[in-house]
Amino acid sequence: MSGIIGKKIGMTSVYSATGKNIPCTVIEAGPCVVTQVKNDETDGYTAVQLGYGERKEKNTPKALQGHFKKAGTTPKKEVAEFRDFRVEFEGCVQLGQEIKVGDVFVEGDFVDAIGTSKGKGFQGVVKRHGFGGVGQRTHGQHNRERAPGSIGGASFPARVFKGMRMAGRTGGNRVKVINLQVVKIIPEKNLVLISGSVPGANNSTVILEK
Amino acid sequence: MNDIIKSIEAENSERRNSFPSFKAGDTVNVHVKITEGNKERIQQFQGTVIQRRHPNSNGETFTVRKVSNGIGIERIFPLLSPSVEKVEVIRKGKVRRARLYYLRGRQGKAARIKEKL
Repeated sequence: MSGIIGKKIGMTSVYSATGKNIPCTVIEAGPCVVTQVKNDETDGYTAVQLGYGERKEKNTPKALQGHFKKAGTTPKKEVAEFRDFRVEFEGCVQLGQEIKVGDVFVEGDFVDAIGTSKGKGFQGVVKRHGFGGVGQRTHGQHNRERAPGSIGGASFPARVFKGMRMAGRTGGNRVKVINLQVVKIIPEKNLVLISGSVPGANNSTVILEK
Repeated sequence: MNDIIKSIEAENSERRNSFPSFKAGDTVNVHVKITEGNKERIQQFQGTVIQRRHPNSNGETFTVRKVSNGIGIERIFPLLSPSVEKVEVIRKGKVRRARLYYLRGRQGKAARIKEKL
């Protein structure tokens, strides 16, 4: 699996050759730096760790400062690991090497996008879990149009089962959206246009995997 | 809007400028490419522009209304779509609104629009 780390810029649309209007998310992807190369001998598996975005040295823990120093780069904001980073790269990924969008993706590729979804606060079961609600206002309903209904039995089992879907904090989770197509790559600006929407707010970090 | 997105959408500015300026109230003739099987032909749709939406974005559209055999027909065209071949402005209209939804409830004489001279 190869991939890159980026920042969500926003959405726009482009027209395909056949005249279809494709909604796209613009992502500023990379340039990333290889901060660690893992291999079978020392780590038991092969992977590549990439770093993206700048952060101040004074805000970086000493341990991480040393980690980035080993790779010969400045401290990075985001770090992500990609297992079995693309076969063509095998053996030629070096510590401190710069990885750009054009190295990883080509137009037409299908990628997965990982982001942190927008926080929605404390939400009821209709929004949070897609419950149907009661569905009518009359026939004895007075304030329970969006109520969850029964949450279990009575004297047996005399408890509520674990994992029962209820109201609570919604959003702000790591979400992966799979099979989004790369519509366009603008290598000189490190931009990539991906069909459809990507989880998270603008300016949030997005990991793209192939 | 974000500068980066603006720069991406600016790629279409040439095509955008190739269209004549028109707005709600104008009568236009839209040449639309239609593909039937593998043959391509051009169909014309003439009517009054009743709105332009999402101006200066890639998704800009305009709605053209015409009355055909007593039945009102509205078509929404994406301005930058490759299927819109050409837009001709036939007549400039003088209107006081950007969205002419009031035309939908009117017929004949009441649905006239003054010409802008």
